[in-house]
Amino acid sequence: MAVNRSNESEGFLTTTVDALFNWSLKNSLWPMPLGISCCAIEMMAFAGPRFDVSRFGAEVFRFSPRQSDLLIVAGTVTYKMAKVVRKIYDQMPDPKWVISMGVCASSGGMYRSYSVVQGIDQFVPVDVYVAGCPPRPDSLLKALMVIQKKIQAGGKVVPELEQDKILVE
Amino acid sequence: MGKKEIEKRLRSSFGEAIVSVDEINGQTSIEVKCERIVEVCKLLKEEFKFNYLSDLCGADMLNFEDLSARKAYLAIEHGNPPKSVSHEDRFLVIYQLTSLENKERLRLKVKVDGDNPVCPSVTSVFKAANWSEREAFDMYGIEFEGHPDLRRIYMPEEYEHHPLRKDFPLMGVPGSLPLPRK
Repeated sequence: MAVNRSNESEGFLTTTVDALFNWSLKNSLWPMPLGISCCAIEMMAFAGPRFDVSRFGAEVFRFSPRQSDLLIVAGTVTYKMAKVVRKIYDQMPDPKWVISMGVCASSGGMYRSYSVVQGIDQFVPVDVYVAGCPPRPDSLLKALMVIQKKIQAGGKVVPELEQDKILVE
Repeated sequence: MGKKEIEKRLRSSFGEAIVSVDEINGQTSIEVKCERIVEVCKLLKEEFKFNYLSDLCGADMLNFEDLSARKAYLAIEHGNPPKSVSHEDRFLVIYQLTSLENKERLRLKVKVDGDNPVCPSVTSVFKAANWSEREAFDMYGIEFEGHPDLRRIYMPEEYEHHPLRKDFPLMGVPGSLPLPRK
């Protein structure tokens, strides 16, 4: 965005459509809460008054993938559940983002077992991984902010974000 | 209604089919021959008011001869289960009975052969056995004869293995559970 000096007195602003579009997109993320185990409790706290995700414009939890653009996978994904997670992801309209919340979704966590998928990135693309068992709601807020920065940058990887993009601690 | 009385009654009716009666920490467990388990359950339910089957589960008593548990574990993880295993009486089916009327509990055990794991179903006596027997079938591969609907209960229907068997690798058989494509 740049201020056009010649028109300063009239209060004009020039920008690109993309920048405006991304700005509105990042401040109105509608999460699809996929609370499949205890991480879901922290996800509820993240939406509740103490942490209050509506400060970031992402308070409209839709229980319908067709109205959402942010998938929060909060919990242990078993092989049986993997098909469901993938189906929900496929039903979400583009553009869409994915947060892998907690160690179970990110790497299988303490469930090193035949029935649990050792990381959901084996079948859905993940934008941000959140560490913790379960992570505090602040960590999830941080993950949301990372996604906002990513959207503002047009979906590109921002060098200053490189570290954040991989893992929120 | 004492445990002695139950034992006496069972022995007089089933004789050889009652293999042993043990008491540990005040808990009685009776080992019964596989063929007579339905009749034993029926008698206990009708005469001794054991009207509630609180649990039914399987157990794998596989013993790796000449191998330490650690070595057996490593061999399984590397995909070659040890050969020297005894298959006779490999599985156990354990029935936990409760009498709500007399506030008593009783445990029944049945040994099941490892090569041909078949055991009669007690669903005709206790309807609650239905899902528990499906679980034991899913996890150990024990087939319950006379079960009305013996399907897998946890694992996908097309799955080929039985995960709680001792010779099943902890992380499963690679490629046996397909994931959606990325």
